[in-house]
Amino acid sequence: MIEELLASPFYQRALAAAAFIGFTNGFFSGFVVLRRNALSVSALSHTMLPGIAVGILITGVLSQWNAFFGAMFAALLVGLGSVAVARGKRVAEGTSLAVLYTAAFAAGVAILPKLDTRSELEHWLFGDILAVGNTDLWIAFSIGSVILLATNLLMRPLLLTLFEPNVAAAQGVPVRAMQYLLFGMLVLALVSSLQAVGCVLSVGLLVTPAATVSLLTDKTSALFWGGGLIGGVGSVAAVMMSGPLGLPPGPAIVILLGLLFILAYLFGPKYGLLSPKFFRKTRP
Amino acid sequence: MATSCGNRVALIGPNGAGKSTLLKAIAGLVPKSSGEIRWRGTSVKKWSREFAYLPQREEVDWSFPITVRGLVEMGRYPQTGWWRKFSEADTRAVDAALDSLNLSDLQGRQIRELSGGQQQRAFLARALAQEAHVLLLDEPFTGLDRNAAMLLGELLAKLAKDGRLIIASHHDLVSAHSLFDEVLVLSTKQLAFGAVAETLTPQLISETFAI
Repeated sequence: MIEELLASPFYQRALAAAAFIGFTNGFFSGFVVLRRNALSVSALSHTMLPGIAVGILITGVLSQWNAFFGAMFAALLVGLGSVAVARGKRVAEGTSLAVLYTAAFAAGVAILPKLDTRSELEHWLFGDILAVGNTDLWIAFSIGSVILLATNLLMRPLLLTLFEPNVAAAQGVPVRAMQYLLFGMLVLALVSSLQAVGCVLSVGLLVTPAATVSLLTDKTSALFWGGGLIGGVGSVAAVMMSGPLGLPPGPAIVILLGLLFILAYLFGPKYGLLSPKFFRKTRP
Repeated sequence: MATSCGNRVALIGPNGAGKSTLLKAIAGLVPKSSGEIRWRGTSVKKWSREFAYLPQREEVDWSFPITVRGLVEMGRYPQTGWWRKFSEADTRAVDAALDSLNLSDLQGRQIRELSGGQQQRAFLARALAQEAHVLLLDEPFTGLDRNAAMLLGELLAKLAKDGRLIIASHHDLVSAHSLFDEVLVLSTKQLAFGAVAETLTPQLISETFAI
């Protein structure tokens, strides 16, 4: 049965997409973990939904590019809106962000079924990696290349910006530009992961891999490459296992990554809860 | 004020006097509204790698997943730029910096797993790797126990003897005498500058701190 599956072009495309998207998102999750803003990434991913819906509504077609611009626009609107509301001092920024993003998400859920697109609401929420076409594959590949190329070229200024923005700015690093770049690439990564895991679960792919690595090592570069490896291999393995287990592939990816995280949390050689070294250090 | 390499200068003054701000202005981290900083005869307009700034402890993100070696390597970024690979000379500079601050055995540690004194040394090592000549330290002795403070004091004396200029904000008037050569007393403006023993008179102290 496995051989039959492997021979099918749908399945091959799904595996290739899982590998690309998993690796890129896993690599980029290093930046999400270093920026300490996993929760606002979650807000961002929910916000994308109405942006994409409005993008389709205006242009009449669904393409990865108007999805990207719609998502970017909605994310900016909600992000800046929550900052503006919080400036009134009556409402904390986290509170206003939570209010605005759930409202935006609800609007997206309401609009999408009314649109004449080929896909169902569930597809947007939880992904549908088995429906990946050749164009989708190329787009995932291009987005992945752009993100990997840009982050690797700018790794040093990006790390300086994240570690010590003041010092980085004094050394001539364009800190603002770096932060905008990270934001733009974050939205790109989210858009590319829509296909695989949908907007609700995309946070899992964009946080968990590097979070897992951070339990295992202190090397900064390992966060990126290790995150990419876990994201890529984990996604492919999850898609392969999802069939026999009768699970939808998108959730399977996020479940498997979550399990790996818990394993690392419990059994990590250095910081694991159950590692002998950790025991000795905290309970002498 | 004017000073030269080989000196250790303490910035002393009450809270809010502008010690940290002055350090950051010298380091080029905050814009100057007035005044001029001159180094080797020319005016310093923006950051140069001759200056290394060591932040106050609470300003550092200690849980950042970076090792001591990784931190010291960051000191080489101004030389390597954004892309150039680490050359043998860069690696040697990092090794030498770690070695001279006795951090070679700790280089694989994450920065939070160090004691307060070791954390100060790690940032000093980064400054050495950067080949900075002016070390700007914000409250380096705060929160260190006696032994660690003594060690750091000796270290700063040695670094100054090697020809570096050390400028640090400091709040302990008693230890300033043994730890520093010169003192700048300020309370939003410069009140006095000179050798520690001559400058820190009881009269000036009571005026500055309104004791």
